[in-house]
Amino acid sequence: MPSLLLKNDTQALGTQGPETQALGTQALVIQGLYKSFGKAPRSTQAVNNVSFCVPMGAIVGLIGPDGAGKTTLMRLMAGLLTPDAGSLQVLGVDVQKDPLTVQASIGYMPQHFGLYEDLTVQENLTLYADLQGLPFNQRPDRYQQLLAMTGLGAFTDRLAGQLSGGMKQKLGLACTLVRPPNLLLLDEPTVGVDPVSRRELWAIVIQLVQEEGMTVLLSTAYLDEAEHCDEVILLHEGQILGQDTPAAFTQHLAGRVWGAKRHQGLRRHLQAELRQQPGILDAVIDGDWVRVLLAEQTAPPALPDGVWQPLPPRFEDAFVLMLHSQPAPQTAPALAPPASPPIEPTPRERPAEVIAVHGLTRRFGAFIAVNAISFSVQRGEIFGLLGANGAGKSTTFRMLCGLLPASGGALSVAGVDLFTAAAKARARIGYMSQKYALYEVLSVLQNLKFFARAYGLKGAHLSQRLAWALAEFDLDQYRDTNSGLLPLGFKQRLAMACALMHEPDILFLDEPTSGVDPIERRAFWARINGLADLGVTIMITTHFMDEAEYCDRLVIMSQGRILAAGTPAVIRAQAQTEAAPNPSMEDAFITLITAPTQPAGAGA
Amino acid sequence: MSPPTPRRGSSWMRMGGLIRKESLQILRDPASIAIAFLLPVVLLLIFGYGVSLNAKHIPLAFVADAPDKESAALLASFNHSSYFSPRIAPNLATAERWLLNRQVDAIVHVPSDFSAQLHTASQSAPLQLIINGVDANQARLTQAYIQAGWQSWLAARTQAAGLEHSAAAAQPVALAARIWFNPELRSRDYLVPGLIAVIMTLIGALLTALVMAREWERGTLEALMVTPVHINELLIGKLVPYFVLGMGGMALSVAMAVWLFGVPFLGSWWLLVLTSALFLLTALGMGLFISIVARNQFVASLIAIITTFLPAFMLSGFIFDIGSMPGWLQNLTYLVSARYFIVILHTLFLAGDVASVLWPNTLALLAIALFFIAASRRKIRKSLE
Repeated sequence: MPSLLLKNDTQALGTQGPETQALGTQALVIQGLYKSFGKAPRSTQAVNNVSFCVPMGAIVGLIGPDGAGKTTLMRLMAGLLTPDAGSLQVLGVDVQKDPLTVQASIGYMPQHFGLYEDLTVQENLTLYADLQGLPFNQRPDRYQQLLAMTGLGAFTDRLAGQLSGGMKQKLGLACTLVRPPNLLLLDEPTVGVDPVSRRELWAIVIQLVQEEGMTVLLSTAYLDEAEHCDEVILLHEGQILGQDTPAAFTQHLAGRVWGAKRHQGLRRHLQAELRQQPGILDAVIDGDWVRVLLAEQTAPPALPDGVWQPLPPRFEDAFVLMLHSQPAPQTAPALAPPASPPIEPTPRERPAEVIAVHGLTRRFGAFIAVNAISFSVQRGEIFGLLGANGAGKSTTFRMLCGLLPASGGALSVAGVDLFTAAAKARARIGYMSQKYALYEVLSVLQNLKFFARAYGLKGAHLSQRLAWALAEFDLDQYRDTNSGLLPLGFKQRLAMACALMHEPDILFLDEPTSGVDPIERRAFWARINGLADLGVTIMITTHFMDEAEYCDRLVIMSQGRILAAGTPAVIRAQAQTEAAPNPSMEDAFITLITAPTQPAGAGA
Repeated sequence: MSPPTPRRGSSWMRMGGLIRKESLQILRDPASIAIAFLLPVVLLLIFGYGVSLNAKHIPLAFVADAPDKESAALLASFNHSSYFSPRIAPNLATAERWLLNRQVDAIVHVPSDFSAQLHTASQSAPLQLIINGVDANQARLTQAYIQAGWQSWLAARTQAAGLEHSAAAAQPVALAARIWFNPELRSRDYLVPGLIAVIMTLIGALLTALVMAREWERGTLEALMVTPVHINELLIGKLVPYFVLGMGGMALSVAMAVWLFGVPFLGSWWLLVLTSALFLLTALGMGLFISIVARNQFVASLIAIITTFLPAFMLSGFIFDIGSMPGWLQNLTYLVSARYFIVILHTLFLAGDVASVLWPNTLALLAIALFFIAASRRKIRKSLE
C-alpha cells in the first residue's frame, strides 16, 4: 500500500487533540457561511451563519434532524453549491476559487450514493478508480484491501442493484475511497441501514482514521452515533447549537438523568404521568425503565410503589435539553400532554383480537418478500414491526391495509380481509404512509377537508373534526399554508391528523418518525399513547431501535420472516448472555439477525 | 501545511472509464438496444411494406349509359391496368350508392353520346369523372391516374385506327412527361431514405435525453461531480457510446433500405457516412441539451419527442411537402435538422453526389450540431444549482 504511506507524510499523523487550533492542522475551516434557497418571500435559510473547524485526523459528527442543513453544508464543502456569503477552506484551498482541486483531494459520499445499479461491484470500483486516476499498478492491492474491509469480496460479480441496502452503502464508501482521500465527507451514510451494517460502517470509518490518518466529517440523524465521534457539531434549523466532544455535551447532566420503574402497569402510563410533573424536562421509555431528565437542582419526585435509579446521561438528553432552551415557539407546544390523558388502564379484561395473521406470504416473482408470518394484535395495543430496509415490513403493511393481495395464508383486520372487503370496511382503518401522501400544493385546511370528505364526513361533524385537528395538532398557525412548505415535523402532524379525521379503530403508521427531531418524536409518541388508551389499535413500523421499546408488543422481521415476537422485555431477554446481562434492543436485534439458528417459531 | 495531493490522473483514463461505464449500461439495458436496433427494423417494415403513397387497384365504378364498342374498349383498358379495379354499374344511381358506401373511390361515367362525340373531330369526347374527395390526397392521385389512363387510351386508339387527322385535331399538343431520379415513381424509394432520418433523430435524441436525466434522478451525477472529472470529459463520455450505437442503427437502416427494399443508392458511401455522423451529432446534441435542462426522465422524454421526433416526422418534408406549408411554418422548418438530412439522403440515394445540393445542407447540419453541443457545454456545470 505505498499510496497510503505516501499520503501520511504530507500531514501530521492524526493524533493531535481537537484543542489544537493552529490553522495548519485544520482540515476544514468555515467562517460565516450563509446559504438560502428559493426566491425572496418564500426562501428558506438552509445554512445560517455557520462557522466551525474540523481538525486533521479526527472524526467529526454533524448531527441534526432532517432539514437542519446537513446536506446543504456537505454540498457547499464539496463545491457543488455556491454560498451566499462566508468562506470555506478545505485542506487549505478555497472551495469557491478552485473547486476542482478540492474535488480531486476529498472523498464525498452523497446521501443516496450514485452507484450504477446495472454495473457489478467490480465495475463500479473500476469506474471510480478511473475517475480518480488511481494508477493501474496500485489497483489490485487497493481493490483487495477495500473489498476485505467492506466484506464484499465474495460479491465482485454481482450487480450493485442486487445488493442489500447495507452492502450498497459499503460499496458506495469503497468507491469513494478507491484513491485514499485526505478528507472524507459522508452525508448520512447510516440512514435506512440495518443495525448490523451500521456497526460495520462505523468500524470501517474508525479503521480508516486509525490506519490511513484520514479526516472524516460525517452527518447523521441518529443521536446515538454521536458517541463514536471525537467531536460533535450540533446543527438545528441551519444554525450551530454547539461543537464539543460528546462527553462534554453530557458532562453537566451528571445527576440529572434517572430511571423510574413501577412494579405493575404499563411503562407508557408511568411515562405520561411523569411527564406532567414539574421539574421533569423529558421522560422516555428506555428498556424496563422510564428515563427522566430533571431540571437543574431538582431531586426525583416521590414515586409511590416505584423505584428510582440514577442513569448515565446520553447525548440525546443533551440535545433535547438544548432544543428546549431554544427560543423556537414552533416546537414548544409539542410536549403538551395528549388531549385525552389516560384515565383508566386499557380494558384488558376483554381482549379482542383486532388483527390476525396466519401464514401470510407474499411473492414477487421468485422473490419471497414475506414468508409465512403469523401474529395477532389486540384491541388498544401498540404493535410494532421492526426490521431493516427490505425486511418485508412495508409489504406486510400493504397486505394488511388491503393495498396488495396476499400470495398465501390468511389475514383478517377487524374481522375481514380488506383486499376483498367492501370499501365501508376500510373506513375503520387509518393509514399514514412513509412519504406522508399529502397534497403539497393544497393548504393544511384543504388537505384536512379533502381527507375528511374522502371518508364521507360532512356538515357539523366535518367542522367539528376540522376544529379538533387544528387544535389537537397545533396546526392553526399554518391553516392556510401549502403543506409542501411546512417544516417536516408539521408535515408529519398533518399526515397523522389526516389519517385520524374519520376516527378509525385501527391506525397503520409506516415509518412515521423517520428524520423528525427528537422533540417531535416525543410529541408523536405521546399522541400515539393517548390514542391507544382510548382503545385505538396502533400498528407501526420503524427502524429506530429505541422506538421499538415504546411498543406494547412487537415482531422483528428479517428477509421476510419473523425472528422474534413478544414484549420488548421478552425480546431483549433472548439476547441475554453472561457477558451482556442487560442487552439493549439493538443488541437483541443484532444477536437475532446474526444468529446461525433457524428463526424462532412465528407465534405471537 | 503542505498542499493536498490532488488525485488527478489522466484525462484519457477518466474518459475511458466513463465510456466503458456507459457502454456496459447500454449493453445491459434492453430498452436502449431495442430503441437502437429493433425500432428501425419495425418502423422500416411498417413504412416499407405497409404505407405507400402509390395508388394501386383503385376500386372504380364504370357506368356506360349506352354500352357500345367504344365504351367497352375504354373499360377494357381500365381492366388491363393494375392501377384500377373497375366494376360495371347498371346505372349512375347504383354507382353513386357504391360511392356513398365506400365500395368504390370513383365513378367513370360514359354518357350516351360518347361514341358520337368521339368521332367528331371538332370536339373532345365528354367523360364524367366523380371522385370521393374525403381523402384529398388519394382523390388527387386517383384523378391523375384516371386522366393518364384516358390519355393513353386515346393515344392507343388513334394509333390503332391510323386516323392521323383525328388524333392531330384532338391532341394539338402531346404531353411527354419524363420523371427523373425515381423513374418508376416508387414511393418506397422516397419514403425509406426519409424514414432513416426520422429513425436517427429518435435514436439520437431520445436515448441521450434519457441518460443525463437518469443520472440526475438516481443521484449518480452528484457522486460523479465530486471526482476530478472535467465537464468536457463527462460530455464526451456520454456522446461517444451513443454515437457508436446510433451509427450502428444507421448502418442497419441503410442495409435494410438497399438490400431488403431495393432502394437504389447512387451516391458515395463516404459522403453518406460523413453526413450521417454530422446529423447524428445534431440529434445527440439536442438530446443532451434537453436532458441537462430537464433533470427528469419523464419530462426529458416528452420534450425530446415533441421537439425532435415530431418535427422530424412532420416538418422535415419526409411526408408533407414543405413547399405547400404556410410561410411561417416553412420558416420554422429551417430549424429542423432532419429537413437537411432528408434532402441529403434523397440526393445520395436517388440522384448521386450532387455537390450543389449536398454542401449547403451539410453545412447547415454542422452549424446545428455545433450549436447544441456548445449550448450543452454552456448549460452543464459541476454544480447542483
